[in-house]
Amino acid sequence: MNLFASQIIDGLADGAIYASLALALVFSYRSTGIVNFAQGEMAMLSAYLVWQLMAWGMPLVPAALVSIVISFIAGALLYATIVKPLSHASLLTVVSVLIGLYLALNSLAGFLWTYTIKALPSLFPKAHLQFGSFTVSAETVGIIAVVGIVLLLLYLLFETTKVGLAMRGAASTPDSAILVGVSVPVMLLIGWGIAAALGALSGILVAPRVFLNPTMMFGVIIYAFAAATLGGFDSVVGAVVGGLLVGVVENLVGTYIPWIGPDLKIIVALVLIFGTLLIKPDGLFGRKKVVRL
Amino acid sequence: MSLFSIKGMHAGYGARNVLHGIDLDVEERQIQVVLGANGAGKTTLLRAISGTIAREGTILFDGARIDRLSARKIVAAGVAHVPQGRGTFADLTVDENIRLGAYLRTGAEARQDRERWLTFFPRLRERLSQQAGSLSGGEQQMLAITRALMLRPRLLLLDEPSLGLAPIITQGLFKTLAAIREETGMTMLIVEQSANLALDVADSGVVLESGEIVLRDSAQNLAGNDEVRRIYLGYE
Repeated sequence: MNLFASQIIDGLADGAIYASLALALVFSYRSTGIVNFAQGEMAMLSAYLVWQLMAWGMPLVPAALVSIVISFIAGALLYATIVKPLSHASLLTVVSVLIGLYLALNSLAGFLWTYTIKALPSLFPKAHLQFGSFTVSAETVGIIAVVGIVLLLLYLLFETTKVGLAMRGAASTPDSAILVGVSVPVMLLIGWGIAAALGALSGILVAPRVFLNPTMMFGVIIYAFAAATLGGFDSVVGAVVGGLLVGVVENLVGTYIPWIGPDLKIIVALVLIFGTLLIKPDGLFGRKKVVRL
Repeated sequence: MSLFSIKGMHAGYGARNVLHGIDLDVEERQIQVVLGANGAGKTTLLRAISGTIAREGTILFDGARIDRLSARKIVAAGVAHVPQGRGTFADLTVDENIRLGAYLRTGAEARQDRERWLTFFPRLRERLSQQAGSLSGGEQQMLAITRALMLRPRLLLLDEPSLGLAPIITQGLFKTLAAIREETGMTMLIVEQSANLALDVADSGVVLESGEIVLRDSAQNLAGNDEVRRIYLGYE
């Protein structure tokens, strides 16, 4: 029973990381209808940036915060310089450009920091917390708490502030947002910035678990895609629930189905993507696309 | 001097020109209706005024030129546009739609306005927490108008408010618009295909044909004009 419970808790921590990257995907998708294939690589660069800042002598927590802020700016710049100019281009063009960006960022990391793995320290102490007969690592609790707080802040931003409301309006019906005086490009810029900042968070949280290397986000981005697909690509709640579900299922399957084990776990994500698209293409929380003629 | 005046306006989509030199004046506190068949350029006219498409010519609003301003600046100058098909934020609640209408304004004043407009559209008050997409067509039109009113515009542009509504609903809507004009003195430019209900509340009107104004007169005279009656009011 204890093994089961601890697998669930660990799954939730992994899931929280997938959720923040899935949320990044959902944010850019909702605001501009574009799936940012390079989101994972941007997150990887954010994690490297923390390592670099620390190598220059900055302590971990400030380095992480600086990296998240710079990532926000980078995400906004990506929108302004690449995504916005392509807003009338065909989907194939946009996808090609973003896959190109994926490869470019991946190579850039290899060029700057080589392909040798590096260790990024965890934000949380090595301690374990004891709840009765049940032990959880401080890192697990910390990841869940940090992602939880970030989600709460995002909720407050979108539900209680004027800018949040304008961002939702701009993503929902841009033509009408212009007519109430909202600057739609600015709102989308902020949206892509937030997406990159969330991605950075996922990269910084996952790096200590997988070691820093240019391909470290490869697995994570696939789980995040599974989470976003499962939850519904246009649903914020869906991305979070999807992320947590994927994390838990991945851990349980890896533990209890011996022939899958840790090596084949990634198949779980692919089966989830495939199954969702087959059975419920809009995901658990996604809105059905209705086209009125 | 008119509150609003257009001189020699050309507008269209890319290489295709739809409006060929429009001159139009709207007096303060007036309701003016633009009649015309499908494809005459009615929607293009409103979109050109609100700056959502490229246009050439002079547009004067309250003595200042607004034809070089962006759509956002025109909104801020006091021209609100209720687009065809209503354009409500379907994923947002009714209340959020209304609040977003006051995006350019500050708190207390906007809250008072919200109460004021909700007395004109009591149906919306019962549905404040519902998603806008779940409203009926008539309610969505009310919401779109309320959202535009929240800007406290001096000129309200309405693009076929009757579209898809039952005649009885349309009639109620136009009565409400007339009441709002009485109380606030707001100027309105209404584009309409179903002309008789609009002419009931309007002061004056123009007929648009293939991107040109072919007739301008008082609403009363237009309603009595044989050709208008035949083409737009459905009388033989």
